Amino acid sequence: MARKVLTLAEVRDGALRNVSFEAIAAAKTIAEGGEVVSVVVGASVRSLANELIAYGADRVIVVEHEKLAAYTPDGYAQALQAVVEQEKPEGIVFGHTALGKDLSPKLAAKWQSGLVSDVVAVEETGGNIVFTRPIYSGKAFEKKIVTDGFMFVTVRPNNIAPLEKDESRTGAIVDVQVDIKDLRTIVRDVVRKTAEGVDLSEAKVIVAGGRGVKSAEGFEPLKELANLLGGAVGASRGACDAGYCDYSLQIGQTGKVVTPDLYIACGISGAIQHLAGMSNSKVIVAINKDPEANIFKVADYGIVGDLFEVVPLLIEEFKKLKVHS
Amino acid sequence: MNIFVLMKRTFDTEEKIVIQNGKVSEEGAEFIINPYDEYAIEEAIQVRDQHGGEVTVVTVGNEDAEKELRTALAMGADKAVLINIEDDVENRDQYTTAKVLAEYLKDKEADLILAGNVAIDGGSGQVGPRVAELLGIPYVTTITKLEIDGTNVKVVRDVEGDEEVIETSLPLLVTAQQGLNEPRYPSLPGIMKAKKKPLEELELDDLDLEEEDVEAKTKTIEIFLPPKKEAGKILQGDISEQVKELVSLLHTEAKVI
Repeated sequence: MARKVLTLAEVRDGALRNVSFEAIAAAKTIAEGGEVVSVVVGASVRSLANELIAYGADRVIVVEHEKLAAYTPDGYAQALQAVVEQEKPEGIVFGHTALGKDLSPKLAAKWQSGLVSDVVAVEETGGNIVFTRPIYSGKAFEKKIVTDGFMFVTVRPNNIAPLEKDESRTGAIVDVQVDIKDLRTIVRDVVRKTAEGVDLSEAKVIVAGGRGVKSAEGFEPLKELANLLGGAVGASRGACDAGYCDYSLQIGQTGKVVTPDLYIACGISGAIQHLAGMSNSKVIVAINKDPEANIFKVADYGIVGDLFEVVPLLIEEFKKLKVHS
Repeated sequence: MNIFVLMKRTFDTEEKIVIQNGKVSEEGAEFIINPYDEYAIEEAIQVRDQHGGEVTVVTVGNEDAEKELRTALAMGADKAVLINIEDDVENRDQYTTAKVLAEYLKDKEADLILAGNVAIDGGSGQVGPRVAELLGIPYVTTITKLEIDGTNVKVVRDVEGDEEVIETSLPLLVTAQQGLNEPRYPSLPGIMKAKKKPLEELELDDLDLEEEDVEAKTKTIEIFLPPKKEAGKILQGDISEQVKELVSLLHTEAKVI
C-alpha cells in the first residue's frame, strides 16, 4: 500500500544532520513506493533542499520564517501543522534527537495519533510496517505496529543506513508560507558546552573515559584520539560524578544512549548503568588495567593495560595507518 | 502554588531482563520510582518550600504503584493520586497514559507540572509533552535549572549537551533531566508521616472516560533480547604489539577504521 510520508530535516550549524538522511531512508520503507516529502524549517534553509533530494526525497517543502531561526515547540508545531494540513500524509518520520524528542509528542497529541519513538529498524513484513525499538535501556527490544492513524515515528541516529547520495536525483522544491505567532517559550541564549563539530549521538567513533582517567587532564589523550578518528569523547557516570568532565558527556542509563560504529572504553569498569548506554555499539574496544573488569564481557577486543600507556600508542598507530591509506 | 508531578513506577533496569510468554518477566524484580521522576519530585518539593503551595504526585498504573507513591510522600509530597486503569483498558500506550493524565488534570488549575524526561523502561519520553499539549499549556523538556519569579519562569534546558536558556511563564509543564538536583532520601519521620498523607485512588469511570476514548494507537507484537555477544578477543603480548594488532584488527577484520 503506497503511502505519502513526510520527514522533518534537521539543521545544525547551518548544515543538515545525518539523521535527516536516515529519516528519508526509513520513510522510503514506510512509503512502500509512495511519495517521500522532506520538510526543512528555519530562517534561511532553502539552500539545503537539494541535498535532501540527493539523499532520496521526492520533493522538498521549505518553511522559512524569522521566528523559526531557533527551535521552539510552538513555532515548529505551527509550521508542521500547516504542512500536514496541506499534504495529508499517512506517515511522518523525525530524528530521535533533542528536537525530535521534544516536538513529536506535542504533534502526536495534537493529531490524536500514536507515536513510535526511538526506532532502530523499519521493515515490511506480512503486510505490516514493523518498527523495532530498544526498551529497558537497550537490554531488550520490542517490535511495534501502528494500529490506528498516522505512522508517526522518530528514528534513532546512526541506526538506519541512508540511501547512497546521488546528485542526479531530481525533485520539486516548494515553499509553504506560515504565519508564526504566539511563541510561549523564547530561547534567550544557547551555551555551547559540547566540542565543536561531532555530536555524541551521531558520532561514528566514541572514545569514552571512566574513573580510570583519574582527572580532567586525563581526558586530553582521549580527546586527541577522538579528534584523530573524527569522533567524539564520552564518559561514564563515575568520571562525571568525580568531576573529570561535564555531565553532558555521560553515556549510560541516565545520560546518553549511543550506537557508534566504534566505541573505545578507556578505564571504564563496565557498570550495568554504563553498559545500558553503549552495549549496542557495533564494535567495542576495552582498555582497562583490571582483567576482571566487566567491560571485557561486552568488548569485541580488549587490551589489559594502563590507558595512559595504551592510548598514546594507539594514537601513533592510527596516525601511521592514516598515512598509509 | 499548585504543583503536580507525573510519576511512573518502573522496573529497575539494573535487573537482568528475562522474557517469559512474550513479556518481560516481573517475577522477583525490583521496582522503583523512575529515576528521572525522582528529580521531578525533588524539584517540586523545593519549589513548594520556596513559593508555598502543595505538591500532588500522580501516577497511572496498578495498585502496586502505591508503594512508590508512598515513597514520594515520604520525600515530602503532600498528596498522591493513583489512577488505576488496569482492569478497564486492555491496550495501552503513551496516547492512553497522556489522555488519562490530561483528563485528570484539566480542571485542577495546575500552575506547574513536573515529570521525568523519559522512563527508563519504555523509554519513549512522550507523556510529558503530550499532556502539556492536551492541557493547552507550554512545556520545556530536559531541564537542568528552574527559576520562578511570580509567573515568569527561566529554565535551563539540556540540548544534547549544550544549554539553552529559555524564558516562559506559568502555567507550565517541565520534564527533568539529570543534573536538575540531588533527590533526597526519605527520612524516617518522613516515612512515618507519609502513612497518614492522603492517597486517592481513581478509575477510568471517575474521569468520565470510556475504554475507547483512551485505547492505544500502537501495539507491541514481539519482545526479544539482543543477540548474545560472543566473547571478545583479549589481546596478548607486550603492549605495543597489542596496540598494533588492535589497529590492524579494527582496520581489516572489524572494518570500522
